[in-house]
Amino acid sequence: MLLAIDTSTTAIGAAVHDGTRVLASFTQEDARRHGELLAPAIVRTLQDAGVDRTALTAVVCGVGPGPFTGLRVGVVTALVLAHGLGLPAPDGVCSLDALAHDLVGRHEGRVLVATDARRKEVYWAVYDVRAGGAHRLEGPGVSRAAELPAEVRALPVVGRGTELYPDALPHRVPDAPRDVDPAALADLAVALRGGRHPDSDTGLLDPEPLYLRRPDAVAAPGTRMTTSPGGTGTAS
Amino acid sequence: MNEPLVLGIETSCDETGVGLVRGQTLLVDAVASSVEEHARFGGVVPEVASRAHLEAMVPTIERACTEAGVRLSDVDAVAVTSGPGLAGALLVGVAAAKALAVALDRPIYGVNHLAAHVAVDVVEHGPLPEPTMGLLVSGGHSNLLLLPDVTHDIRSLGATIDDAAGEAFDKVARLLGLPFPGGPHIDRAAREGGQVVIDFPRGLTSGRDLERHRFDYSFSGLKTAVARWVQARRDSGEPVPVADVAASFQEAVVDVLTRKAVMACREHGVEDLLIGGGVAANTRLRSLAQERCDAAGIRLRVPRPGLCTDNGAMVAALGAEMVLKGRDASRLDLPADSSQPVSQVSA
Ligand SMILES: [Zn+2]
Repeated sequence: MLLAIDTSTTAIGAAVHDGTRVLASFTQEDARRHGELLAPAIVRTLQDAGVDRTALTAVVCGVGPGPFTGLRVGVVTALVLAHGLGLPAPDGVCSLDALAHDLVGRHEGRVLVATDARRKEVYWAVYDVRAGGAHRLEGPGVSRAAELPAEVRALPVVGRGTELYPDALPHRVPDAPRDVDPAALADLAVALRGGRHPDSDTGLLDPEPLYLRRPDAVAAPGTRMTTSPGGTGTAS
Repeated sequence: MNEPLVLGIETSCDETGVGLVRGQTLLVDAVASSVEEHARFGGVVPEVASRAHLEAMVPTIERACTEAGVRLSDVDAVAVTSGPGLAGALLVGVAAAKALAVALDRPIYGVNHLAAHVAVDVVEHGPLPEPTMGLLVSGGHSNLLLLPDVTHDIRSLGATIDDAAGEAFDKVARLLGLPFPGGPHIDRAAREGGQVVIDFPRGLTSGRDLERHRFDYSFSGLKTAVARWVQARRDSGEPVPVADVAASFQEAVVDVLTRKAVMACREHGVEDLLIGGGVAANTRLRSLAQERCDAAGIRLRVPRPGLCTDNGAMVAALGAEMVLKGRDASRLDLPADSSQPVSQVSA
């Protein structure tokens, strides 16, 4: 019995998978309230699935890339939840992989996954989507949409990148998801753990955020440092 | 519930703290600090602190339980600092505490960081007198608090209007070429041969200031005065007497801190003063406060230095007081509030 959570995009939520199918999933959209909404979403998902928390045997979390502050909420929740339930450390899964996995069965061929990285950039990766799963060809990376290679920008896009930067990323996969669906993440994690996925050898990661960016800080008096709590500086 | 076992999580700045308190007894106080990662930046970098909290969280919880010899399943309630503090840093602790509350199916108490600085003394010196006067001084805060009841009634009498006391120590240390964090280095320099020979200004102590800012503090003018004095020395080609500047600066800070704290006790009829926060480790602050409290007939409480700096035990201690007093637990959607007012003890 697997619990999957993801907070790398604007959707905050969880899904419960019994190894065969997703029993329940619940998400809310809010770019700023990951810390408030995730724990109640987990409780509600377990309730909807009719699964007691003690029946869980594995926890999986999306490790981004995604805006850091929200992303950390999901990762620390997965880490502490697994520890508190006496389970092995959670598996991490690249959140962009989950977005691509969402297309399996309804789209074939190459796609670009592009999500909001803020600061006028996108988190991106390129996939080959087939019936057996979505195989990552390139990425994950972070870049301005317009600075991606022309052949990458010409691909049909999944994620919010296309609505944020329609000039650079004009093609959208019809009915494509905008945010990570924890149900897709759960399904992908079960396939990866069962060795039934083209990226099974590399798809499961350590449960730590894929930051892709270094913290903003310079070793000299600068603008983004403080010695007093009360600031809100974050790098994302 | 008899003698509740409470686990407290603190991540408001650069220390990842996990403490366990049973009733009013401290079992363990586990802290992982990222201070060395910040030292080369001369101050706490929020993103660096948040990353460090995430990495340290489970290992620190594990260490706390191992050292206390308790199982997580024995924990009766989870407490966590919900604010004030660095937003991204608080969020890691609050999310961790919620995950633990869900995993253990126990209540969660989101508590005020400043109240926790006061409540921690329960595990050191026993139940808090009601009311208690609290003087909290650290790199992040300088507050004078009247506490009729630390679990739900805290009144702010005054606070710094610019720099926190500990921040002034850091800035003056940098001026004098001493390392970050500056407090311990200034204290040492002052103790080892420093004389109080320079009369630096005492902020907000003149007649008019005492009317408008009776129990407020200000340290930015003092910092500027020190900077000017040091610069004048350098300009004239004379050596800077580091120990004397440190001693004189420190005296100006602790003079105002203790003078106003004792004045607040007198005017509010409070007989017990508690000093907390990282600057409470300052030896001159401790000795001058003792002197003045003795003269005024006030009992002084100062937790040991390890419990004055940010830690998880203080959060657990306040959580345990809330359980013992039957206060309501927080909701699972409680937010981290970087500017949580001190009057709001629980979230
Ligand atoms: Zn503090």
